[in-house]
Amino acid sequence: MTETLSQISVYFLFAAMALYAAAFVAFALDIANRAGRVSAAASAAPSAVARRAEASESTASVGAVGGTTTLTRITERVEDRVQQAAASRSLRWGMGLTIAGFVLQVVADVLRGVAAGRVPWANMYEFSLTGTVLIIAVFLGVNVRLDLRFLGSFVTGLVLILLGISVVRYYVAVAPLPPALQSYWLVIHVLVATLATGFFALGFALSAAQLLQARRENRAAHGEPTGLRFLLTLPTAARLENLAYRVNIVGFILWTFTLMAGSIWAEKAWGRYWGWDTKEVWTFIIWVLYAGYIHARATRGWRGSRSAWLAIIGFGAVLFNFGIVNVFFHGLHSYSGL
Amino acid sequence: MSRPSDHYESSAQTITEPQLGLKGWLRWFWRQLTSMRTALFLLLLLAVAAVPGSIVPQRGADPNGVVQYFNDHPSLAPVLDKLQLFDVFSSVWFSAIYLLLFISLIGCIIPRTKHHLDAVRAKPPRTPARLSRMVGYRTYTLPAAPEAEPSGARPAAIEHARTLLRSSGYRVALFQDARSQSVSGERGYLRETGNLVFHTALLGILLAVGLGGGFGYSGQKIVVEGQTFVNALVNYDSFNPGRFATRGDQLSPYSLTLDSLKVAYETKNTNAIGQPLDYTANVTARKPGTAATNTRIKVNEPLDIGGTNVYLLGNGYAPVVTVRDPSGQVAFTGAVPFVQPDVNNTSIGVIKVPDGLRQQLGLQGFFYPTKHQLPTGAYTSIFPGLRDPMLSLIVYGGDLGIDNGVPKSVYTLDTDHLTQLDGMGTDQPALQLAPGKTVELPNGLGTITLDGVKRYASLSINHDPAQGWVLVFALCVLGGLLTSLFVPRRRMWVKVIDEADGGLRFEYAGLARGDDPGLDAAVATLAQRHLAALGFATGDPGVDAGSSTSRRKA
Repeated sequence: MTETLSQISVYFLFAAMALYAAAFVAFALDIANRAGRVSAAASAAPSAVARRAEASESTASVGAVGGTTTLTRITERVEDRVQQAAASRSLRWGMGLTIAGFVLQVVADVLRGVAAGRVPWANMYEFSLTGTVLIIAVFLGVNVRLDLRFLGSFVTGLVLILLGISVVRYYVAVAPLPPALQSYWLVIHVLVATLATGFFALGFALSAAQLLQARRENRAAHGEPTGLRFLLTLPTAARLENLAYRVNIVGFILWTFTLMAGSIWAEKAWGRYWGWDTKEVWTFIIWVLYAGYIHARATRGWRGSRSAWLAIIGFGAVLFNFGIVNVFFHGLHSYSGL
Repeated sequence: MSRPSDHYESSAQTITEPQLGLKGWLRWFWRQLTSMRTALFLLLLLAVAAVPGSIVPQRGADPNGVVQYFNDHPSLAPVLDKLQLFDVFSSVWFSAIYLLLFISLIGCIIPRTKHHLDAVRAKPPRTPARLSRMVGYRTYTLPAAPEAEPSGARPAAIEHARTLLRSSGYRVALFQDARSQSVSGERGYLRETGNLVFHTALLGILLAVGLGGGFGYSGQKIVVEGQTFVNALVNYDSFNPGRFATRGDQLSPYSLTLDSLKVAYETKNTNAIGQPLDYTANVTARKPGTAATNTRIKVNEPLDIGGTNVYLLGNGYAPVVTVRDPSGQVAFTGAVPFVQPDVNNTSIGVIKVPDGLRQQLGLQGFFYPTKHQLPTGAYTSIFPGLRDPMLSLIVYGGDLGIDNGVPKSVYTLDTDHLTQLDGMGTDQPALQLAPGKTVELPNGLGTITLDGVKRYASLSINHDPAQGWVLVFALCVLGGLLTSLFVPRRRMWVKVIDEADGGLRFEYAGLARGDDPGLDAAVATLAQRHLAALGFATGDPGVDAGSSTSRRKA
């Protein structure tokens, strides 16, 4: 039974990966389309007059409830309007395929959990499975509030690579939990850590986009050729920086909680709350790096691209902690199952 | 520690005074240390400095790894040791970084606390003359109505705005000039409070760990089934007191008897045969003046007794052996814990027989709970449980080196003054014993019997009085972090201006102090609610879009 369920789980995972691959292509086409749209727009640039007309058109004039008085809206913020180009067909396809893949992967994850009779995050394969589900979930969840669909190709690409590695290198059959992991802290600590990783991944993508955008803006300001025309359809570097910050601080708070929950668990299981175990060291390093990132934004000379680099290094450390420390470093957190 | 958004580092950072006395230099140093850049640099340096602590084995976390490293890299290891790379987290250089960082932090917290206390007491600042420069600026005109009385409408509108802002948690102040009246509101002082709490609590954690940790102790003890551990210094296998801890004379008096150690291994799942499923130590705890209680210790369930926590950190087998001389007189009997169990519990142990035989004997043993002979002839264990146990012994005779009173580890055999009597390299095979069997010792020294096999629990007994404080400060860190990142600190203004034609103009605007993505929506909501209270609709399309708006409505 266990074997069958985990086998079915793998089939679902493969189906999800196929959909993610298709979504990746769709998102990539969208990026290409964006570049095309920019060229088209450049040849038919709206005149300043037309824009002004558009702005005044949206000026509202409203009949008041009270009867005789008229409140007239005088100003209207015309902000980022240019960015909000209508979603291309490939973008909608990309989102649709991602959602479908996400549903299949959730099924795969749940089946794995049912097969094991516990939460599906107790070895590297399961961490990867649940971790990528959460990366997609964070991406879809954040999109409800902020339009970050332009990151679709990054997110699906990252998830595909991670899943590919984990299927090939990390796959292990279902095994019971060792006594050290038999704790409700496994549910809390690892879930929150993986969730934090999802936010950091998105923050990383935003910071990377910010760097590209900053470079383009800088070049445009100097009248140099800018390359990468699709960037014109993305938010400004300043806006990307704000978005990255908002996503990263959520990750940072979750990471802080991860660290604390981990300490409480370590106290219960190993008799000390902090012992500079290799995984603890890297959790600390990541925490300090993101703390540095948050402070950098308040330090003169560090706002902008420099702080973006810190977010990128921070996510590099997250990946290192997951992919390298778990597998190759000696320590108490040796639960990779490999 | 990030400065408040209204804080700009003064340009005094680059001091151009030609003459700096000692005081001047100290001041310069202090400013450098407490500057944001230095703090950021130290923070990043701290992250970098921690990296070697994960690459090189650390004495604190992995003492065996350090020994191994010295064996593997005999020329490199002493150099690394000089650089304190085996003790990164207590090294001079790592300590220097975090101490400087925390001094810098103190140098930041104190002035900021003062600044914040002043801000909390101060009135919200004067409404800016030109609100149109502020965030979310909106303006609405109300043409003169024949029957309305503008001189009465204006104060009423201001009064409404004041109530509205106050009910939303703003601290408000009213301002007035010839043509206009305005309300200035400020909220979110909690943001800075949270920030200060966060950073102060970090200091608290450092103090609690650094000082409080010194009052604790931890000790290890192996207890075989049936044995009793009495919490006294002499009974520990190893004992590590904190810097300020009493050296054992004040250990709380209690005893623990290990009644049984229950172990379960996976037997059905073919992918995980032999994987441990459960360890449970059933113990009887006795404290003076109270009845004995039966309780248990599990891996994630330490026992809280007498101000200490007792953890089940490991377990293994303790073969019970009896050594007799040729006449049948017992020279040694007892359970001997075999340590360093591998995945299938192959473990090693030492039996020392100092008296009662013709010569002192040392037996180096290997225990296989489920024996299996490899093609090479060597034995291994293929299952951690006791399915087909075997004890194999290499016998050494001579001087155990324990007569001169120098304490020796019971888990290692010093073979310098011993002669190997059987096993590889001799003409006699190593002794092999199954439970209940007796075999002859070499050279007619006597016999040895494996009476049975017991389990032992490896217990760690810890006392850390600072632990609760660390938790309290950690919770403050989390709470402070949440408020400092998510409570928006903002100013909000409502201005009502008399128009030349007798009408009124309403102006609304805000100012973010720190990251505040919801500000525009908040201004829109304020305008809408204010005008609604006065009986107008704004028709502002932005109002229903922002989620902070809808939350506020709910």
